[in-house]
Amino acid sequence: MIALRAVRDPVLVVVALIALWQVLHQIAGDAAVTAPAPTLAYLWEMIGQARFVPHLRETAVAFAQALAIACAGGVLIGVVLGGHRLSGEVAEPILVGLYSIPKITLYPVILLLFGLGMSAKVAFGALHGIIPVVLFTMNAVRNVNRTYLRTGRAMRLTPAQTGWHILVPAALPEIFSGLRIGFSLTLLGTMLGELFASQRGLGFLLMTAIDLNDVKTILAIAVLISIFAVVCNALLLAIDKHLHRGSAIERSGGR
Amino acid sequence: MTRAGCIRGAILIGAVGSLEVACRTGAIPSTVVIAPSAMVVALVETLRSDDIGVHLKRTLAAVGIAMGLSVAGGFAIGFVLHRLPFLRRAFNPFLAAYYAIPHFAFYPLLIVIFGLGPLPLIVLATLFAMVAMIVATIAGLDRVPRVLLKTARVHRLSLLQEVCRIRLPAAAPHLLSGIKLAVAYSFIGVIAGEFILSTSGIGHEIAYAYDNFDNARMYGLILLVLGTVTIFNMAVYAYERRLLRRRGA
Repeated sequence: MIALRAVRDPVLVVVALIALWQVLHQIAGDAAVTAPAPTLAYLWEMIGQARFVPHLRETAVAFAQALAIACAGGVLIGVVLGGHRLSGEVAEPILVGLYSIPKITLYPVILLLFGLGMSAKVAFGALHGIIPVVLFTMNAVRNVNRTYLRTGRAMRLTPAQTGWHILVPAALPEIFSGLRIGFSLTLLGTMLGELFASQRGLGFLLMTAIDLNDVKTILAIAVLISIFAVVCNALLLAIDKHLHRGSAIERSGGR
Repeated sequence: MTRAGCIRGAILIGAVGSLEVACRTGAIPSTVVIAPSAMVVALVETLRSDDIGVHLKRTLAAVGIAMGLSVAGGFAIGFVLHRLPFLRRAFNPFLAAYYAIPHFAFYPLLIVIFGLGPLPLIVLATLFAMVAMIVATIAGLDRVPRVLLKTARVHRLSLLQEVCRIRLPAAAPHLLSGIKLAVAYSFIGVIAGEFILSTSGIGHEIAYAYDNFDNARMYGLILLVLGTVTIFNMAVYAYERRLLRRRGA
């Protein structure tokens, strides 16, 4: 029954959102908001077109690279900062400060550094995603049970081995929460990078459509990216919950 | 000052200093990054010029309104979602995925609906910032200790009293981090909107300076935005610390 309910409620929200979309369409007219059904039909048609595929692939490649950099780099830096107390204390306020500044203002700087094209997009995406991953990993590693570390020392593990065999597995649930947030922010960063700094990719198509005021295309692409984001997030959230199940017993209660 | 604080200061000064040296000696060409001292000079010059006041006022007004709306609205919605578990269950996946959705794609639609001017920017920034506040509110209300709520019941507080005297103060740390995020996101929303399409505002000025290779003005304005946000965040952080110390944490 619980599984049924877990599916039912989000479905109701989706229905409500589509209804809201339809109402907006009725109020604003075709020039501002196209109706849901034609937009989705157009999206389906667009995905089938040959000219659309390279853009999709471009975005996918940029996003995958940015995500790989954000995850691998973030976990690595986070483990080092979490494992070494002093450097963690030094770095944390700087990272929190960097996390909360509006990175969008830095986009001209990224463009000047990396030029127009793939590397700027990847850099912008990774820049958005890496900091939450570092922060979550750092806090997770700090909270690792001290006994494990002492065991590691008794077995004379090198720092790298301690990191890989003890810290990462023990802190995995928390790290995964960080990766989930990193995923969303990397996608946002990559899209922002594409909007301003590219000649290919979904963001570029979106920007062209904005310039032409091609509402149908704007909505179709926005819906495509939103569906991708929501579905991936639901999956990640499910894995996240599964990983946290073990530690939830220790904390007990709460949610 | 603690040892970590000293090292942190040294690192920051070292980073800015080495950037300064690299720019002055020409290791980094001035077409890419200008020296930090030159940025400050450009910032002062830009602030002195006559036309900047209008842009500054527009952007800050839009950010301020969006921030107020998203903090107040976000708290209200978060409160309702916390009270009604079925709504919360339904909205949870969407709240979690919210920041992966490209909001800026909807900006042209907002312009068509709300007309050119500050209104679509404010709506965009509010939509963007509000969810951070909603999530923070729910997280904060979740962690209000049960015993405090029982105390409230023992004292027969009304709902309003309970919210003002118990729930708000107990959830304050989470609410404050929500407010910090709401500020950052309001700035992102307004400035990104101004980048994409607008005729005035700081974002527009930065994009304009970038298009015209006016690096000095561009870096001055970037420094202005980042400095404003950082100062605000530091003020909230200081308030947070004082609050925690008073509780003896």
